[in-house]
Amino acid sequence: MSAGENGDSAGRINGIKSALRVIPNFPKPGIMFQDITTLLLDPKAFKDTIDLFVERYKHETISVIAGIEARGFIFGPPIALAIGAKFVPLRKPKKLPGEVISEKYILEYGSDCLEMHVGAVESGDRALIVDDLIATGGTLCAAMNLLERAGAEVVECACVIEVPELKGRERLRSHGKPLYVLVESQFVPSS
Amino acid sequence: MSAGENDGSADRINGIKSTLRVVPDFPKPGILFLDITTLLLDPKAFKDTIDLFVERYKQKDISVVAGIEARGFMFGPAIALAIGAKFVPLRKPKKLPGEVISEKYVLEYGTDCLEMHVGAVEPGERALVIDDLVATGGTLCAAMNLLERAGAVVVECACVIEVPDLKGRERLRLHGKPLYVLIESRFEPTS
Repeated sequence: MSAGENGDSAGRINGIKSALRVIPNFPKPGIMFQDITTLLLDPKAFKDTIDLFVERYKHETISVIAGIEARGFIFGPPIALAIGAKFVPLRKPKKLPGEVISEKYILEYGSDCLEMHVGAVESGDRALIVDDLIATGGTLCAAMNLLERAGAEVVECACVIEVPELKGRERLRSHGKPLYVLVESQFVPSS
Repeated sequence: MSAGENDGSADRINGIKSTLRVVPDFPKPGILFLDITTLLLDPKAFKDTIDLFVERYKQKDISVVAGIEARGFMFGPAIALAIGAKFVPLRKPKKLPGEVISEKYVLEYGTDCLEMHVGAVEPGERALVIDDLVATGGTLCAAMNLLERAGAVVVECACVIEVPDLKGRERLRLHGKPLYVLIESRFEPTS
């Protein structure tokens, strides 16, 4: 599902979309990088972003918001605070102190790894996973695996931006989980 | 200044302090790592943390909250949203897309570098710098330099935790800037 289908969010969605910018050829040639930092410079658009997620989840009895390092740390905590949930950071290897569980996942070239603290999440917790953007869905799937291994139920994955051509939504559907996004990626670089 | 001295916040501070944990020998032997992730698992304590900062800064005409990667991202955005300020992420090299300014700083062994987007901050803006913890103050000084090079006035640096033995407060004082923290660390590992 994408936001904006219901009419009174359309104005807010348009404002959010116009606050994003595209940086061509970052981090490497051919990639049109969807940059959310300009959204964070617009207090109304940033607030609207958080509000749209909070409105969707506040009655869903979510007890855990898991945010993916590092841009998921920008959106996840304000949502968690607003709905009274725990915030759990999911991090690159060796960043979290103490005992962790790790989940490896495949990249285009090679692999990467996501970690979560042992004990952060309990059996029966209902979790939302938050990141700024979904591309192939590989990182979100690794995140879902971590939460499920700890006994939580993943209710949904939520991102500001989706890159539809990279089929992340289909990948999550194969994992049996829905995806909610506010906007789809844009192609026109800003001046 | 530390919170709790005269503002009736003692109960909230005690609650926050009790959620923190110390992880010995992380990231290397001899270091007692102060871990804020357990604070993030306590919705009331996390909310109190943000509220204490917001109460201090909401009438100080702060237009920019700059958060230091990555744990500054967990606290800064919520404060920015509450006071209607921009959030500006200060990041390790090569993470921010587009044009950046860089500030090098010295570590115990070697150097590191912090980056900020060109145009994120304008001359005359009043800025707050946020991180989870201040140790030597080296990273906060690099952050202040970035903001001042862009023409902003740094009003204060704010952290959840201070490690007084590492003299960050004095280092900031040499830079002419005050430091506000909620808690000073005392080195007793929790079980």
